[in-house]
Amino acid sequence: MKAKPRNLALAALLAALALVGASVALAGAQASKTIVFGTDAEVALLDPALVSDGPSLRATDQIFNSLVGFRPGSTKLIPELALSWKPSTNGLSWTFKLRRGVKFSDGTAFNAAAVCTNFTRWFTFPGPLQNASLSYYWNTVFLGFAKPASGNPGPDKSLYKGCKAKGKYTVTILLTRRSTSFLGALALPNFGIASPAGLKKYQADAGTVDANGVFHPTGTFATRNPVGTGPYKLKSWDVNSKLELEPNGRYWGKKPTLTRVIFRPVGDTAARLQALQSGELQGMDGVDPADFATVQRNSKLKLLKRPTFSVGYLGINQAKAPMDKPLVRQALAFGVDRAAVAGFYAGNGKVANQFLPPALFGHAPKGVPSYKYDPEKAKSLLRQAGLTLPVKVDLSYPTNVSRPYMPDPKRNAEAIGASLEKSGFSVTFHSAPWRPTYRAEVQAGNYQLFLFGWIADFPDPANFLNVHFGSFSPQFGFRNQALFTELQNADAEPNLVKRTARYQKASVDVMKYVPVVPYIWAGSGVALDRNVTKYTPGPIGPVNEPFSIVQVGS
Amino acid sequence: MLRFVVRRLLLLVPILLGVSLLVFVWIRALPGSPAQSLLGERATPQLIKQVNHQYGLDRPVYEQYWKYVDQTAHFRLGTSISSSRTVGFEIRNRFPATVELAIAAMLFAVALGIPLGFLAAKRYGTAFDHGSLVVSLIGISIPIFFLGLILKYVFAVRLGWLPSIGREDVLAERDHPTNFYILDAIIERDPAALWDAIRHLILPAVALGTIPLAIVTRITRASVLDVQNEDYVRTARAKGLSPLVVDRRHVLRNALLPISTIIGLQTGLLLSGAVLTETIFAWPGVGSWLAEAIFNRDYPVLQGGILFLAVVFVLVNLVVDISYAIINPRIRLS
Repeated sequence: MKAKPRNLALAALLAALALVGASVALAGAQASKTIVFGTDAEVALLDPALVSDGPSLRATDQIFNSLVGFRPGSTKLIPELALSWKPSTNGLSWTFKLRRGVKFSDGTAFNAAAVCTNFTRWFTFPGPLQNASLSYYWNTVFLGFAKPASGNPGPDKSLYKGCKAKGKYTVTILLTRRSTSFLGALALPNFGIASPAGLKKYQADAGTVDANGVFHPTGTFATRNPVGTGPYKLKSWDVNSKLELEPNGRYWGKKPTLTRVIFRPVGDTAARLQALQSGELQGMDGVDPADFATVQRNSKLKLLKRPTFSVGYLGINQAKAPMDKPLVRQALAFGVDRAAVAGFYAGNGKVANQFLPPALFGHAPKGVPSYKYDPEKAKSLLRQAGLTLPVKVDLSYPTNVSRPYMPDPKRNAEAIGASLEKSGFSVTFHSAPWRPTYRAEVQAGNYQLFLFGWIADFPDPANFLNVHFGSFSPQFGFRNQALFTELQNADAEPNLVKRTARYQKASVDVMKYVPVVPYIWAGSGVALDRNVTKYTPGPIGPVNEPFSIVQVGS
Repeated sequence: MLRFVVRRLLLLVPILLGVSLLVFVWIRALPGSPAQSLLGERATPQLIKQVNHQYGLDRPVYEQYWKYVDQTAHFRLGTSISSSRTVGFEIRNRFPATVELAIAAMLFAVALGIPLGFLAAKRYGTAFDHGSLVVSLIGISIPIFFLGLILKYVFAVRLGWLPSIGREDVLAERDHPTNFYILDAIIERDPAALWDAIRHLILPAVALGTIPLAIVTRITRASVLDVQNEDYVRTARAKGLSPLVVDRRHVLRNALLPISTIIGLQTGLLLSGAVLTETIFAWPGVGSWLAEAIFNRDYPVLQGGILFLAVVFVLVNLVVDISYAIINPRIRLS
């Protein structure tokens, strides 16, 4: 008799759980016009000019259009709000012919004046907004501000000079010097054109600076009322829970299929994957390469790989002897067994023979010095350099981090160290936590050899080569004026064919000089529910992965 | 009673000053800076200098501390360097989630732990008693993240019965005036929302409540064993009271005192955020937020958030002390 109440309780518990199961299944079935996409962090702000983090870029990319865009899945520039563009003969001005009949989601008209309002706004950002942690892309691409806050670069340093509207649908951007890389950057959501009326009405630049000097927006443009011309507009944002987009009824392009696009922050990678497996998410970014096989084995899921667009390299600091000797750097290049390291990337990495990944123009198809793994050659180069073997070196690697170009840094370091040991070097390993010790030490130039990498901000060779080797930086510790000039000239070249040729030559020259030993080009992955179609992973994802073309359901 | 409460509240002032100084010194002793953390691979000496200047991190340390104290005294906890949201906003947004989870976890621990511990004591030396010991040991020693992942794998991924992340169905469109989702559902008289909130609480509460469950079970067992051999229990039995009445009135009530201490301390700990549980269940509470802030060297969040939690911890302990007097009037608060 005593067992009866317990049995009853058990039955009630099972019934309750079954009910729960049924309600979960029902919720899933109703959602065919909806996608819930898991992101690795919460969106910071919805003003694209003030963000540089992946989740914010992904969200603003759906709300705003730029003058130019990227073809989905590639880095090829295509018309967006501008139908065509042309540089002047001296390369100091670029004229854009604008798309007609476009309206912002608030109903106001898009035109040349709106473009100039946006450029002027970025150039004249008040002091707090000039901070590189906010307007990072303006700082990186155009550099200076009209009225620089103390310590910031001014108009004399700026690439941007001005904006001129010629009639309603022609606009000219004036530059202080020749540059072509800025065009690729313009395709980023960071240079998305916002409604001038919206910027004013919702006080995009209004805010207070607290005692710590942190800018706190008091307007609602970046939090509740972002107004762009893109396929979606903000429906609601429940911070730390979800951000929901709905179709922009005034969108100039093809109407999106999905009526609800929900971004959900789930910081833990394993938790994100489990939520995808359980059907609570229909897509997720930031798949750990170690989980690629799990996703591929699951019949309900699929894995889309982005083209390799990051580079992992063995950094060399020439300020630390004997790294100033070219023969020693070449010995390092011959002494790294790249193929062994590439084996750790679960098919998500390609052995790199140069700094630029193959998906980018300027990648040299031929003429790159071959540094095929050859321990004997490495030893002989070290002897030629007048050194006694083994040559002692310090190799540093980060802990507590997984980057697309370096999913397991310790394993990479051990493999690279082992191959260097066979090549006449005696390696002492050092490690430090990635955030923030390791990066700080690398950038301060405190390591002799170090594992590091780069993920492109925007698809232009300047963002790879000029950023690293275009001027002196303590982390590499070299001053090669010929190389600096070569890269500056390549950046300034307006003609795409000539520019490609210049960067191809520069790619070869960099590998002759060996300031680093690139060993891997790596991509990243997006995992989706099997029912999600037309999601197009791009090389610079999460940017340029439009949800407006995505479909859910058969 | 009033004097006791006022005195304890006044003690908050030196405690908070001490905590603020400790936190301030501690986070600045950590290697690296917010600028490095914000800029990542893109950091250049120029940009780092600019960010440091912007955030006032290039000012003398005593000046930074004075600003921090001054701001805090005016109830301004600053703005997160990484999210641009105010610390006050984040606390209002996140603390209810943490409270809800902590209460659910403690309810789970108490509702199961007290009966289990009581039964184990009553059946001292039997298989049930030994079994409860083994289960408690497992409960204490199993890592939360592992238990959480297993629970999610079974109940969310394999069976699909319970959700694995978040506080409510992501497709639901509801207002949350208090941000306590269960309370909101009750206020709005929305049974579907209530059920939804409870469903989302089950797995994280079980994962988080397992260690307190094990502790409550062991303490209850030990306490009941102690009390049931007391003279007054023997007297009660000798008077011919029914075993049920003896257990309820004399054994359990007296055994509750150490249990309430444990419950209070555990609740205080859980309220300060459950980093692992919140992380693996994507539960937007204060624990995961502060853990992330440590990695980001987000000084305002750490300074404001930890100070807030110190206040909460002290207040919870005050409530526990007061509850002693209610449970056991023999104890004098003075």
